[in-house]
Amino acid sequence: MKNKKIKKTGGAVLSSSDRFFEIITYAFLLLIVIIVAYPLYYVLIASLSDPYDVYAGKTFFLPSQFTLEGYKRVFQESAIAVGYINSIYYTVLGTAVSVALIITSAYALSKKNLPFRKVIMIFYVITMYFGGGLIPTYLVVSKTGLMNSVWALILPGGVAVYNVIVARTFFENSIPEDLYEAAQIDGSSNIGTFIRIALPLAKPIIAVMVIFTMVGYWNDWFTALIYMGEKSKYPLQLALRQILIQSQATATMIGNMDGGYAEANRVTELIKFASIVVGSVPMLIAYPFVQKYFEKGFMAGAVKG
Amino acid sequence: MRKEERAAALKPPGKNLGKRIIKHWEFYLLLLPGIVLTVIYKYIPMYGVQIAFRDYNAVDGFWGSAWVGLKWFEKFFTNYRSFRMIKNTVLLSLYSLLWSFPIPIFMALLVNQVRHKKFQRTVQTILYAPHFISVMILCGMLRIFLSPYGGLINAVISLFGGNGNVNYIDQASSFRTIYISSGIWQDAGWGMIIYLATLAGVDASLHEAAKVDGASAWQRMIHIDIPALIPIIVIQLIMSFGSLMSVGFDKAFLLQTDLNKEASEIIATYVYDQGMLKAMYSFSTAVGLFNTAVNLVLLTCVNKICKKLSNVSFI
Repeated sequence: MKNKKIKKTGGAVLSSSDRFFEIITYAFLLLIVIIVAYPLYYVLIASLSDPYDVYAGKTFFLPSQFTLEGYKRVFQESAIAVGYINSIYYTVLGTAVSVALIITSAYALSKKNLPFRKVIMIFYVITMYFGGGLIPTYLVVSKTGLMNSVWALILPGGVAVYNVIVARTFFENSIPEDLYEAAQIDGSSNIGTFIRIALPLAKPIIAVMVIFTMVGYWNDWFTALIYMGEKSKYPLQLALRQILIQSQATATMIGNMDGGYAEANRVTELIKFASIVVGSVPMLIAYPFVQKYFEKGFMAGAVKG
Repeated sequence: MRKEERAAALKPPGKNLGKRIIKHWEFYLLLLPGIVLTVIYKYIPMYGVQIAFRDYNAVDGFWGSAWVGLKWFEKFFTNYRSFRMIKNTVLLSLYSLLWSFPIPIFMALLVNQVRHKKFQRTVQTILYAPHFISVMILCGMLRIFLSPYGGLINAVISLFGGNGNVNYIDQASSFRTIYISSGIWQDAGWGMIIYLATLAGVDASLHEAAKVDGASAWQRMIHIDIPALIPIIVIQLIMSFGSLMSVGFDKAFLLQTDLNKEASEIIATYVYDQGMLKAMYSFSTAVGLFNTAVNLVLLTCVNKICKKLSNVSFI
């Protein structure tokens, strides 16, 4: 709105000082965009190049000796393939459970005349600022028999309180009370009203919650590190840890190697770039779809923290 | 609605409350799973924090293990590494805050100047991207870029005639710079959302009126946009001081090597090391509790200041 107006009235007649200011602005923006985007671009072209050329500094702008070997190796890598499947499973299940918890809790807590609403709110908010810490939580999780189970990644996180507050603010401010009353008069039960009236209207906030939660699960590695003892249950991020952080050639790589140590090294380097691309692409593709809701979500959370 | 509430307040409370609870049973049903999970996985561990004062063993559990009082805290404070850890934790988050706080504001002001809507959206999309990359991948990229064997940073430095064989990851003196600058790269774009949203709410007629009065774009930014941001800047600043001791574990852990511990060992990584790797459950819990306590004190102070300054409280 605002931008359109400015364009109409002031777009054509920029004074010389405004023009200068605009040029400076765009120059800074361009610089920032390059700083942010270039490392990602570099990884992309390096993943398509010969590793020796990458390390010889020949891939600043374009791939050198274009090759898809890195990607071929990545997909042959059993640790990554298994990690990928695990991560998809954990992310889908985890997002479904967490978002359901967030939305149902937020909806119930948005009812202003619900008895004990304040008490329940305080009960949740306390967990934002105080917790048992690493070891007591770990001990409870293992006592409840969740070790090596997907539920160890989902249940201990419980209810994401900050997100509940954001969603609750949305329900309070963006859905008119009259709609609920009308449904009530038509004889709809409270849960019926929730499913038929509130949920369809809450699509924007559900979209934001889905993307935030999804990114959280996809990128999580620490919970899996402490609760998943078996390597076959590692999510993708932990498979990447071995390659990226510990810089180890995996069993598959060494097993398939005829060229000995040097060759194994070359493949480890080659696979690094491709695995970064493969590991981050799903989330990078997903977020632009809900980008327009980000501002709304943030404002809702900021108003009533 | 309000009339009903007022009428309800006049009736004897007991009976009426019972009725209201029954009337709302479906909402409690919706709340139940979340509450149960929170009790089990948040409140029971909170209760279990008492093992910081006990000598925990698996057989006797949270409440049966022998009481040892402040033994673990004494052990922590007499350890020569503790001071270093506390210092590292505070410095890391303090410097992070100082360096990374102003940049999103500056970026939001710039992006807000862009008059072409589509172009603005594209710029935003690009600037948000790093936020969606995992810490694991970020640290992997850092290790590759900073490698002494043909890493991007070293390659660029040697291009300009500098020493291109520095192993930055293993250098304790580089740790904070790496940690903070990569943090800015990853989250500055994301951090500007809240400021952009605030700027979008600025009354357009203010800009129109200023333009009629002959104000330049620069003057309008200084006298309209920046004042509009001040309240939210104050809140954000105060809030980040409240979380000064809760610096991110992930990156410090993943960037830590045996050689850079001088700067990279923070309380959180020590808690993990002692608790998960060495299985010193009680000691690790005590150290973690110390960290949480400091955080809580900071937060309460900051909240008080916040209330006085701006009548906004976030607890």
